[in-house]
Amino acid sequence: MELSGWARYPRFDSTLFAPATKAEVLAIEQKLAHYIARGNGRSYGDAAIGSRASISMLGLNRFGAFDPETHLLTVEAGVLLADVIATYLPKGYFPPVVPGTKFATIGGMIAADVHGKNHYRVGSFGNHVQSLHLALPSGEVVFCSKEENRDLFDATIGGMGLTGTILDATFPLINVPSGWIQEETIVAPNLEAALDLLSNHTEAAYSSAWIDCLSTGKSLGRSLVHLGEHARPIVVEELKPGADLFPQPSVDTLTLPLEFPSFTLNRLSVAAFNALQYRKGALTAGVPLLKGIDTFFCPLDGLIEWNRIYGKRGFIQHQSLIPNEKAPTVLAEILRRFAVRGNASFLASLKKLGPASSGLLSFPSPGYTLSLDLSIDRGLFEFLDEIDALVIKAGGRIYLAKDARQSPQTLVAGYPGLERFRAIRAKVDPDSLLTSRMSERLGL
Amino acid sequence: MAHLPENSPTDPQSLLVIGGTSDIGRACALRFAEAGYTILLAGNDAESLAREADDIKARSGAAVSLHSLDILKTETFTDFIAQLPVLPDIVLTAEECTGDQHKAESDLDYSSMIMRANFESPALLLGLFAEKFTARNSGVLIGVSSVAGDRGCARNYVYGAAKAGLNAFLSGLRNRFGNSEIRVVTVKPGFVRTGPIENVSLPRFLTAEPRQVAQSVYRAAVTHRRDVVYAKSIWCLVSAIIAVIPESLFKRMHL
Ligand SMILES: Cc1cc2nc3c(=O)[nH]c(=O)nc-3n(C[C@H](O)[C@H](O)[C@H](O)COP(=O)(O)OP(=O)(O)OC[C@H]3O[C@@H](n4cnc5c(N)ncnc54)[C@H](O)[C@@H]3O)c2cc1C
Ligand SMILES: NC(=O)c1ccc[n+]([C@@H]2O[C@H](COP(=O)([O-])OP(=O)(O)OC[C@H]3O[C@@H](n4cnc5c(N)ncnc54)[C@H](OP(=O)(O)O)[C@@H]3O)[C@@H](O)[C@H]2O)c1
Repeated sequence: MELSGWARYPRFDSTLFAPATKAEVLAIEQKLAHYIARGNGRSYGDAAIGSRASISMLGLNRFGAFDPETHLLTVEAGVLLADVIATYLPKGYFPPVVPGTKFATIGGMIAADVHGKNHYRVGSFGNHVQSLHLALPSGEVVFCSKEENRDLFDATIGGMGLTGTILDATFPLINVPSGWIQEETIVAPNLEAALDLLSNHTEAAYSSAWIDCLSTGKSLGRSLVHLGEHARPIVVEELKPGADLFPQPSVDTLTLPLEFPSFTLNRLSVAAFNALQYRKGALTAGVPLLKGIDTFFCPLDGLIEWNRIYGKRGFIQHQSLIPNEKAPTVLAEILRRFAVRGNASFLASLKKLGPASSGLLSFPSPGYTLSLDLSIDRGLFEFLDEIDALVIKAGGRIYLAKDARQSPQTLVAGYPGLERFRAIRAKVDPDSLLTSRMSERLGL
Repeated sequence: MAHLPENSPTDPQSLLVIGGTSDIGRACALRFAEAGYTILLAGNDAESLAREADDIKARSGAAVSLHSLDILKTETFTDFIAQLPVLPDIVLTAEECTGDQHKAESDLDYSSMIMRANFESPALLLGLFAEKFTARNSGVLIGVSSVAGDRGCARNYVYGAAKAGLNAFLSGLRNRFGNSEIRVVTVKPGFVRTGPIENVSLPRFLTAEPRQVAQSVYRAAVTHRRDVVYAKSIWCLVSAIIAVIPESLFKRMHL
């Protein structure tokens, strides 16, 4: 069956298995070579496409235990974050880290060591994982934590499925006062102002900036900076009188039947969307707003299957990390180049990242991360290679969970933990039974 | 902190699910657990029962107990009921074996197994509980049946015939308890999206999620008190239309 990531580029044939239990996962893997675990396919590129076979983990969707004393939750690896939120938010609990989609699986969140809008305060999801069970290609199931099998634990967090299949994991939930986020929006007239705002507001529980990536000149990098807090009941009452303190979050995605033809999305429509978003945000700037969990954390989940607006060709998301000192100049240069080239999308987000987790291939480390979507056209890959060179020169890296095209050289230069990762991988998978299209492309 | 589900003291407090590892059975168990019910899960695969019990406990905080039962061993049913820790307030049967129609056409034992799993077994169990409920003068009996029982068709008539038998049994029970506190609910789920990977061949407007089935069952049993429930009301119409097609025409249709 043809598989792709969220960006629908690239696509490859891979036999998809759908085990319903842990025992079935082990039984299937015993017979396979060149396979990889697949969560919900929300990584953008070729990470979750097995060279020959892919194992859908979505059948492993049972919860294992929740301890109200320690707030520790144990779930099978195919459980969707949306399920965790829908189950526990009404009871006053919330995941410590939420990426921009809640339709990721817990296994996928560990394998990509995902970050949220609070990375500068709490780190990545891997920072919170207490332990996990990993099925090695040998068929052995290993318990890994910070205390036990530490090397394997660190290689698995951010390891893109290449150390084995995560079967279950344990992580804590946090207490929240309501199911609402109190949001404040600040207008940043240019990039420098946006970076300043993000670094001056580290007291905020959550922050992120939306960049109008088509603006140029003096307003290059003009942004809306969003700050968020879990709203206290009194704030909910004030801003939305009579509202349910814990509204039931959704678990479903509906599906748009139609694939938009590639030509409906062009530079003009993107520019119009950008301008509209910017004005809408600017209008409400300074006014505290109450937002639902979904609209604050995962606004794109509401635009069901928006990835299809790029048509059959798919698209590329480019997400880079630029260390703090270099950020103002290098981000400005990158934004300038994107603006000049002009095929960037409405989606350009800027987040502040804090200290790295122990994951050897983990993406976040102190600095800023910029991500944008680009429709695939002639010359794009060459153009992005040049952007990558700027990123690497600044001491940054390109996020594997979004990647479909970076070069092996870019990878080596960007990930200092790669050597150790490879050594550990060689130990647990000496015959390279675990391979994805990504691992082949990058020689991971 | 957050609100826990409301449950008035007069409501039934425990639900027994037979076939507790089926997709529909476990969704129902979870729905009732979220409403504060104590759950009893019965089935013959201890490992998968334990997995479902943990899932329900972790999600809802409800108490869940496990009870071993092979639905084809009818001679064990009386003991099975006697050994339950409580006489449940609600009993739901959701075991199944849709089976392979083609195989059933030539394999006598196999055909018999499908009929027993879908008719004999749930009917006997619900009948035994009906006796216990009569003595107590309360309880809800819920049989998960199927629209396949509304009219036999080539694709699955062995399974369908068994479900038709179950439908008749349930309506008979309901008639028997028509003037009492005991209630009988027939569930005809229609197409249900079961299994881990979405079955793309099922038309969306006719297909329910197990969660939706569970919600309809909960409403019918507890809040809205209905006798026969379809998870998607369109099935009520589909069934009505199928029922009025003249046999002379029906026999030539491909269903
Ligand atoms: C709209 C949108 C917004 C996003 N926002 C963010 C964000 O803010 N921050 C961020 O960090 N990421 C973000 N992402 C990326 C996403 O969170 C990650 O790609 C995540 O890994 C997706 O999870 P998945 O279950 O879909 O995994 P998949 O995409 O299916 O797989 C991703 C990787 O995990 C591996 N994997 C999956 N399950 C297992 C398992 N059980 N055992 C071992 N390996 C496994 C796969 O092999 C693959 O390498 C976003 C994605 C989308 C679509
Ligand atoms: N799915 C649909 O589309 C659909 C449509 C209409 C009606 N229904 C009806 O809904 C009900 C549940 O269906 P489902 O699809 O959710 O079922 P399912 O997931 O296929 O599960 C089948 C269940 O039957 C149990 N079972 C089988 N043989 C058994 C035995 N000898 N002893 C004890 N238990 C046994 C299985 O238990 P083990 O795990 O222990 O084997 C399992 O719990 C059935 O009555 C079915 O006819 C389903």
